[in-house]
Amino acid sequence: MAIEARNVSKHFGDFAALQDVSLTVADGALTALLGPSGSGKSTLLRIIAGLETPDSGEVIIGEHDVTSSPARSRGVGFVFQHYAPFKHMTVHDNVAFGLSVRKRPKDEISARVDELLGLVRLEGLAGRYPSQLSGGQLQRMALARALAVQPRVLLLDEPFGALDAQVRAELREWLRRLHEEIHVTTIFVTHDQEEAMEVAEQIVVMNKGQIEQAGAPRELYESPANEFVMSFIGPVNRLGDAFVRPHDIQILPEADGTGTEALVERVVHLGFEVRVELKLHDGREIWAQVTREEAQQLELVEGQILSIRLPQPRVFAS
Amino acid sequence: MSSSGPGTAAVSTPFAGSRAAKGPGIDPARARARSARRRRIGVRTVALGYLAMLLLAPVLMIFYRTFEHGLAPVWNAATTPSAEHAFWLSLEIVAIAVPLNTAFGIGMALLLERGRFWGKAILGLLIDMPFAISPVVVGLSLVLVYGKTGWLGDWLAEQGIQVIFSVPGMVIATAVVSLPFVVRETIPVLREMGTDAEQAAETLGASRWQTFLRITLPGIRWGVVYGVVLTTARALGEFGAVSIVSGRIEQQTQTLPLYVQDRFENFDATGAYTAAVVLALLAIGTLLAMNLLTRRAHRGTVD
Repeated sequence: MAIEARNVSKHFGDFAALQDVSLTVADGALTALLGPSGSGKSTLLRIIAGLETPDSGEVIIGEHDVTSSPARSRGVGFVFQHYAPFKHMTVHDNVAFGLSVRKRPKDEISARVDELLGLVRLEGLAGRYPSQLSGGQLQRMALARALAVQPRVLLLDEPFGALDAQVRAELREWLRRLHEEIHVTTIFVTHDQEEAMEVAEQIVVMNKGQIEQAGAPRELYESPANEFVMSFIGPVNRLGDAFVRPHDIQILPEADGTGTEALVERVVHLGFEVRVELKLHDGREIWAQVTREEAQQLELVEGQILSIRLPQPRVFAS
Repeated sequence: MSSSGPGTAAVSTPFAGSRAAKGPGIDPARARARSARRRRIGVRTVALGYLAMLLLAPVLMIFYRTFEHGLAPVWNAATTPSAEHAFWLSLEIVAIAVPLNTAFGIGMALLLERGRFWGKAILGLLIDMPFAISPVVVGLSLVLVYGKTGWLGDWLAEQGIQVIFSVPGMVIATAVVSLPFVVRETIPVLREMGTDAEQAAETLGASRWQTFLRITLPGIRWGVVYGVVLTTARALGEFGAVSIVSGRIEQQTQTLPLYVQDRFENFDATGAYTAAVVLALLAIGTLLAMNLLTRRAHRGTVD
């Protein structure tokens, strides 16, 4: 089901959380709302879900204007950052909740719950209570609970924000595969650009209550619309008004006079990637990203003076 | 690291020497631990002594004096018509006032914690008033409103309803003095629970009523139970306000605490002590019931 937000604004007291935001998400797409905290991304998600009322603007899900419908009749599945488990219920009863308030027959509920617990790989844990689960398991339970009622759209608010790095990486991969399997229109909120790039088909970059740019991950990386998007997505060197990607800086074998002279201040080996911190002759500091092999060939040593070639820097009109 | 070795040794030598000079047994660390232990024991003695003098000794004395001459006089005192009437009347008032305050308390807690409206702070203060105002004042003010010459008295009399000097007035007085307990015990639990679970239930299609019954109420149940226990204990023991609105008519508007007072004033020590013991047992029973409930619940659903 396609999702559309039209000219949505929302204030909390004097704070403008969203200012005239419009957004379209295609049916079946997996979209990330990416931005720093306070950018309005969670507020937009909650407005789409019906958990928050916009001051102005409309929300359309599928063909229907749902702006004035309550959350319970919007057909959205919502997953909270802190999982929002029903602590007094077992995993089975948590997942069954949406079906049992719809008064479905018992055996139908049981069959559906079993199927979902299989989908989120929690088969053996149906009788446990939330306090007996790990963070990753709780998040998968929350997802199964949201999917149980066959939502038209799935909304996830910082779904992996409270998990440790390894579980995060696993769940990201898993969310992407799950989406391929069930193809429900999905929007997730994140402040982690790597997570957005890895999981989403479309990224919507938000800042200060507005959308800066929306597009495919590669599009945002290669042709950012402005300074904010460029510096938020991917690493960046700032030289005055200009921006240069670290991997676009070319290090020449010797100080042969054709490039800009630079002093190697530090060489940081990060596995495949090597980070070279440089000081230009005018005192400006930048860093370059090279591969392990390049670094070996160049025989980079701290204190060495070499030449670099800067690409055409990107300048954004302010 | 190795260069600091001699330095450390130089510092530690005089320290070791001074310890040796003071002789064995005066290890400063051990001395400190001992004085800490002594202080801890001191604090405990004071705390327990205070509790014993103020609470334990009087209660034990009541039990002792009651059963001093065996069980027979106690049984006789407990089964007089006046005593039995007072016992059942107390239970009747509790059975009405406590459910009323529970329903009101949960609703008010939700309103104060979740609502956003003008005058919320004032409403919160108003709820706490019965804690601050003397029960006697509560009783008097109820007479001013519901009494024969009171503000609503005429109208109530025309309808054939007698509030003051009868059970309705006593229920109202009891409800007023025990009003804040459920509200005050429920609010912190509601706050701690947050709204995520309720919102999750809403997105899953639950109506407000379903969300309240299946998510909110189970989430706050221990706060509510604790509030109900305190309300019950307070309601059972209420004296001041009920004393004024009841008119203390024997076998009509005499609750157990009023009966204790009446027996005491009439030099019927056994009657007074017996009724007091019954009151104490009711209160202890309430506390024990809560304790058992809480423990069983914690074993069942690990919160």
